[in-house]
Amino acid sequence: MTTSVEVKEYPSEPLKCWEQAKNLRKNYYEDYLHAHEKGGLRWAGGAWSFSSIPAGLGEDVYCITGEPYGATVAFYKDFASKCHDATEAAGFPRTLCAYMRNYWGSILLDKYILTDGTVVDGYPPPDFIWQDHICCSHSKWYQLVKWLEKRRGKEVPMYSVDVSVGYPPDFGPEEDYKVDYIVGQLSDGIDWLAKVTGRNYNDALLCEAVWNEIRATSLWAEVCALNQAVPAPLDEKTMYSLYVMGTLMKHRPECVAFYETLRNETQERVKRGIAAVPNERFRVITDTQPPWGFLKIFREMEKYGAVSVGSLYTFGLIGMWQYQPDGTWIPRPVPPQKPQTREEALRAIVRWTMHKPEWAHFYEPELKTKMMQSIVKQWKVDAVLLHYNRGCEGLSVHIAENRFGLLQAGVSVFPFEGNMGDERDFDFAGTLARLTAFFESMGLRKLKE
Amino acid sequence: MITAGVDVGAKFTKVVILKDGQVVARAKALVGFDVLKSASEVFEVTLKDAGIPRSDIQRVVATGMGRNTVVQKPPINAEEAVSEVVADAAGAYQAVPTVKTVIDVGAEEGRGVKVEGGKVRDFVINERCAAGAGTFVEAMARALEVKVEEMGPLSLKSANVIPMNAQCCVFAESEVVSLIHSKISKEDVAKAIHDAIAGRISSMILRVGVEKDVVLIGGCALNPGFKPPLEKELHTNIIVPEFPEYVSALGAAVIAANPAR
Repeated sequence: MTTSVEVKEYPSEPLKCWEQAKNLRKNYYEDYLHAHEKGGLRWAGGAWSFSSIPAGLGEDVYCITGEPYGATVAFYKDFASKCHDATEAAGFPRTLCAYMRNYWGSILLDKYILTDGTVVDGYPPPDFIWQDHICCSHSKWYQLVKWLEKRRGKEVPMYSVDVSVGYPPDFGPEEDYKVDYIVGQLSDGIDWLAKVTGRNYNDALLCEAVWNEIRATSLWAEVCALNQAVPAPLDEKTMYSLYVMGTLMKHRPECVAFYETLRNETQERVKRGIAAVPNERFRVITDTQPPWGFLKIFREMEKYGAVSVGSLYTFGLIGMWQYQPDGTWIPRPVPPQKPQTREEALRAIVRWTMHKPEWAHFYEPELKTKMMQSIVKQWKVDAVLLHYNRGCEGLSVHIAENRFGLLQAGVSVFPFEGNMGDERDFDFAGTLARLTAFFESMGLRKLKE
Repeated sequence: MITAGVDVGAKFTKVVILKDGQVVARAKALVGFDVLKSASEVFEVTLKDAGIPRSDIQRVVATGMGRNTVVQKPPINAEEAVSEVVADAAGAYQAVPTVKTVIDVGAEEGRGVKVEGGKVRDFVINERCAAGAGTFVEAMARALEVKVEEMGPLSLKSANVIPMNAQCCVFAESEVVSLIHSKISKEDVAKAIHDAIAGRISSMILRVGVEKDVVLIGGCALNPGFKPPLEKELHTNIIVPEFPEYVSALGAAVIAANPAR
């Protein structure tokens, strides 16, 4: 129920660059759809893939990254439901990665969804697949895409990069043999790209794309770091619409430009004390992807004055960070100079990407817990909401160990079950009831209906 | 100070009236379809039993899944609603001041709450199915054609271990039917059902950890067949307070008496 508790209200205002973000994302999906009409190329692969490498094929090369597309499908529940039905009718179990099933379902239906929910007839097949193997689902995802496209009469060449090299030590250099392993695959991949597309590979474009990616991912970390301020200038629900640019086009100049604009605007909000949630009085972080069809849960949290200021997922899937000897986390400093040759570019992007915090999910649960503890401390977080995400085995692995680690460190944790891409696995009313109980146990009361 | 706690649960509404920290009346009634009507009726009955008019009750706090139904709605006019978890902690602490872990198994839901001084430290709630709650026993009693209150005593007559693996209430019923067709005795099936519920509840409780004293509350605590397998699963003694099904309502009444908590 509502109470008459007096809570300080911070000033709040919408983000000025919101429309820019919407348009960037809209254009991204439309560019992929219409690439052939402009004589361009289309490629498909995961958001984790080394997207700056295909950029050397030309400026008219457009990609669609699978996870954000799967999330977009999930947001539109009717279409998602059709995708699930199509995938299950084709014989795939509902226990598989939900993004992957949404993506396959879209191909099986031969329909493509745009960011405003418009469903276009004819799923546009890629000209090639450029993927990396970050988890078991990613390893199989595009093999099935290739198979599905072949059934539709399109032979799609595919190249995959194995990245199972672990996470580098905190303060030591990256081990060379690990760097060599990935660089070797990317180097071979460039020859493969030139061969399957029939295009000349442009090393200058590669160097530019790598430099863009390094800058964009460092900039996003800067934006996230600004959310340490009280009140938080951004809430995580909004950040989902902003970090996504890095999952779509981290190698492109538009992404760098947008993150510069966003960083500047966020700095300005901090300076002026502008809050994302005016009645902020309790700060949480989440973990892994949210149930995309139920982002309204964040609005429910706001009724208690609770704001999610981010997560390891939101900060670290795209943002690049560096541990300081005192245990604090800072945006990873950009290398002193832009790479000038193919070799320099490949080594630079591999060394950089190896520090992606989200890689730690797959290798070291203790490191992930440590990162979350750093976030709790630095971002002045009161509690952690852990999504036991049935839709993503990769990012859910070890999550219960993270819970124990956080509890042992004295952090309050609220776990809830759900699914990022399949609403059938998420009980909104039940989760809300439990979340209410959790907030009450934290001494919060509902401030408004 | 006189306060009241109203626990509008999945199956029963329980009312407790507290005067200066002592329970002066308690009553319960089936929730029924018209939740407000049934809750109001049992509230009036409790007032009558206590010999206290509504105007003498200084604060009423509601809890349970239907708690919002009675907030600021006459005649109950609860001033506040709190979650079951918070009420469980406060009520169990009032009933057993040494409590550290509360296990609340009601009709539709099971909960585990770690408690410190009557406050919630951590909690867990079953996420999905009623196969770990009282409704499951009722459904299985129907399948066995025995009264629900006979299920517990029946189960205590068996020493056999028959695994029941289904996690879903509906599938578990199919499993029970299979056991019946296999000529397994009613005693053995009843024990298998209680073992299964205890297994589900204990695996959930272990997620928050077991710390003595452990207190079992909720309607299922009245079932004598439930405590033994739960103690076995959790390797600990369990305390069942008097009137265990009223503990959440008691907690709500305690909270009502401490508005500035």
